[in-house]
Amino acid sequence: MSVVTNTTTIGAIEAPSRRNTELALLGFAVAIPVFAYLNVGLALDGEVPAGMLGYGLGLALLATVAHLVVRKWAPYADPLLLPLATLLNGMGLVLIWRLDQSPRLIATSMRLYKSFSPDAPAQMMYSAIGIAMLAAVLLLLKDHRVLQRYTYISMMAALVLLLLPLVPGLGSAVYGAKIWINVAGFSIQPGEFAKIVLAVFFSGYLMVKRDALALASRRFMGLYLPRGRDLGPILTIWAVSLLILIFENDLGTSLLFFGMFVIMLYVATERTSWIVMGLLMSVAGAVGVASFASHVQARVDAWADPFSCAEKVAACDQMTEVLMSFGSGGILGTGLGQGNSDLIGFAANSDFIFATVGEELGLAGVMVFLLLYGLIIERGIRTALAARDPFGKLLAMGLSGAFALQIFVVAGGVMGLIPLTGMTMPFLAYGGSSVIANWALIGILIRISDTARRPAPAPAPNPDAEMTQVVRP
Amino acid sequence: MNKPLRRVAIFCGLLVLALLLRDNWLQFVRADELNSHADNKRVQIERYATERGNIIVDGKPITGSVDSGGTYYKYKRTYVNGPMWAPVTGYASQVYDANFIEKIEDGILTGNDDRLFFDRTLAMFTGEKKKGGDVVTTLNGAAQKAAFEGLGKNTGAVVAIEPSTGKILAMASTPSYDPSTIAGSNDEKAWVSLNESKAKPMQNRALREIYPPGSVFKVVTAAAALEAGKVTDIDAATETPEGWKIPLSTVPMKNHSGGCANASLNEALRISCNSVFAKLGDDVGVEKMNEMAEKFGFNAEQFTPVRSAASVYDKKADRGGNALSSIGQFNTATTPLQMAMVTAAIANDGKLMKPYMIDQLRAPNLDVIKQNEPEQLSQPVSPENAQKLQAMMENVVAKGTGSRADLNMDGVKVGGKTGTAQHGEKNAKRPYAWFISYAKTDQGSPVAVAVIVEDAEGVGREDISGGGLAAPIAKAVMKAVLKSRG
Repeated sequence: MSVVTNTTTIGAIEAPSRRNTELALLGFAVAIPVFAYLNVGLALDGEVPAGMLGYGLGLALLATVAHLVVRKWAPYADPLLLPLATLLNGMGLVLIWRLDQSPRLIATSMRLYKSFSPDAPAQMMYSAIGIAMLAAVLLLLKDHRVLQRYTYISMMAALVLLLLPLVPGLGSAVYGAKIWINVAGFSIQPGEFAKIVLAVFFSGYLMVKRDALALASRRFMGLYLPRGRDLGPILTIWAVSLLILIFENDLGTSLLFFGMFVIMLYVATERTSWIVMGLLMSVAGAVGVASFASHVQARVDAWADPFSCAEKVAACDQMTEVLMSFGSGGILGTGLGQGNSDLIGFAANSDFIFATVGEELGLAGVMVFLLLYGLIIERGIRTALAARDPFGKLLAMGLSGAFALQIFVVAGGVMGLIPLTGMTMPFLAYGGSSVIANWALIGILIRISDTARRPAPAPAPNPDAEMTQVVRP
Repeated sequence: MNKPLRRVAIFCGLLVLALLLRDNWLQFVRADELNSHADNKRVQIERYATERGNIIVDGKPITGSVDSGGTYYKYKRTYVNGPMWAPVTGYASQVYDANFIEKIEDGILTGNDDRLFFDRTLAMFTGEKKKGGDVVTTLNGAAQKAAFEGLGKNTGAVVAIEPSTGKILAMASTPSYDPSTIAGSNDEKAWVSLNESKAKPMQNRALREIYPPGSVFKVVTAAAALEAGKVTDIDAATETPEGWKIPLSTVPMKNHSGGCANASLNEALRISCNSVFAKLGDDVGVEKMNEMAEKFGFNAEQFTPVRSAASVYDKKADRGGNALSSIGQFNTATTPLQMAMVTAAIANDGKLMKPYMIDQLRAPNLDVIKQNEPEQLSQPVSPENAQKLQAMMENVVAKGTGSRADLNMDGVKVGGKTGTAQHGEKNAKRPYAWFISYAKTDQGSPVAVAVIVEDAEGVGREDISGGGLAAPIAKAVMKAVLKSRG
């Protein structure tokens, strides 16, 4: 119900907070994974899984905490973001738990490491930390514009995060990509966090420089070319992303950063020429690197014709297994717990978890998941549209753009649309850094949407109000 | 900033759309292709995920399944008396696919066949474990045992057929192998050694190997001569000089026994005269000879339903070639199955029944989902001529080269024909010993057998003969069939 607070012409009409909608949706977001959990248990062992109550209650508890935090500290936030992320996180837990039961993966683990530990409990813990991260963001970041102050600190932080894996002794190469660091027994993927920090830097930087970048340019062949000194940061970002690609063997992350930067640049300057330049630079970079980096070449080969190179290269073998996994799923899938996506091997629950969705839930399930991700992106961009300040607009856009690119790069890679890059599906895949960073990302989006949808503060009482007050019946 | 924002939103939408389209392409358009891809282990995993149905002989399974506890393939195939039955069952291996009945009836055995859809659905509701259906064969365990043990250490093959129906009663091939040894997933060593073995234990000699038939082919030539009207009275003298000159050649046809000059057809078959049959084949001509051979099943693959190699009668042979072909040499080559078919047709009064070895396909609940019915393939010879051929073949056993096949049972007449086939360059290799025969009672013929012994260990070259080596095996098989019929 809208409440008319005063009779001035600028009536502040309170937007509905939609917190109850969010709560109802969260109910679904918890119930669906619980049923999926039951489904896996029945399919694998023919009985109700023992841990069902634990996981169900755990997920419900996390959802409740998150909801209460949002209700208290971001009452006007978008009601869809939290339930969508909760549903994906919950389904991810089920899929990881399902792969934990695979005798094949257990046997592989025993052969390689002489031990096997299930990943689902760890993922549950990471999810809890992720929710805590969301709460922390909402509690500490009362207004997202505060982040503007940290523009250049963010830049430094992002560079440090990105280059940490290259520090000898700290970084560790796993399966070819040097994107992990080892700290006190934990391995962390700094790139996942760098995504957010970089978005903050870009937003702050572009908000200040956007007029210079948009207007101070020369026209050349129908395109507005920027001045040399404005080109500097862009070239820097390009070079950094190439460095990541070359030294960390991480095609996905470098593509993600550069893509995010180009999108934000375009939004900030409203100049198409930036897109053209960005595309040209990324093509140049990709071709340059692909021509001498064997890691990238192997990925491209595996993408071009996985079945013909399956005998030679491990990456091809994985790719064929993934494709056959999708093919075997067909339209409706084999049903949770009844597929053979574990044939993919060690990365089945991280990089390739989407193949399990494809095989066990089929075309229908994959489309649902893609649409869930699509909805998160859509709510993010809607937040950007609704945001009133340019910094918030750019930040929301940057974060949702990065999210969209990541979905495209990962799902497209796994489904053989583009070469495989080795990033993980947000919320779905096993991995602490990914879950925690993405919950933080959702937290920031929730904060911006709360600010955007919060009703404008009531104007100062009009001294004339008394005089012309309407007499209410 | 809203205009570029909206454009970026559209761009993001396109990214998601591209993923959706790609997914439809993968999981809808290409699903079947990926699902049945040769590299897709799921087919094998599925094949061994549940207990496989069994192949049944005489009401008892000759196959089985054990839980191998593997992480990829749960159940492993086992075989009862594997080497003896291998030419029938074939193998079902977790890594090397399958062959013969195991492959042809894979759908029934795994339970994935469409005809078992109802059973699967029912089992799903009643909570039963999925199980494969059974394949009931036409084989006779006693006859198979007699054939396999009769061959012993020799290299060779035996096929026995029930002439009136075409049911295959025995199909043995030696040396053999035990399919159990290659059923698992770690049997590479056994697989390689079986495949590289010079003895070729995995070769199904009864169906897939073609041999020169030698003298046993003379019954086909006799049938052709009778059908063509070149001979009407089997006891009348034929105008064949001793040392009949092969047309287009200067070499005279040699006989191994005396008394072939102008011998009657009956006598010529009894003592196996080359000259008489070569001349008869020449008189009949290549066209009619070929026609007769093809009516018996030559020049075509037979599907029992396991495919056999096609036997050969050279229809483009010149006169000399045709004359040599008529005594089972030159290009003539035949599978043991083919010779059993010839014998069965003669024993069945000229009617050739399509040979088959799968009687029924059964659902796991024992419902019969397919019953094979006997089917006539052709009528190569008229009943009268067939009876003349029978008389001659019975003469061979009673008074001729095939005496070792005589069962000496009351009310049982045995007809047969021996063969010693020369082969190799200048016939230098050790000859093959052939024997074809049938037994006949008042109720018709219960069994026709073809036996080939490729190489008999410890037998001197001069002593190799169809009558000596192969006839006793045929006799044992016929005896086993007659006994099992009471």
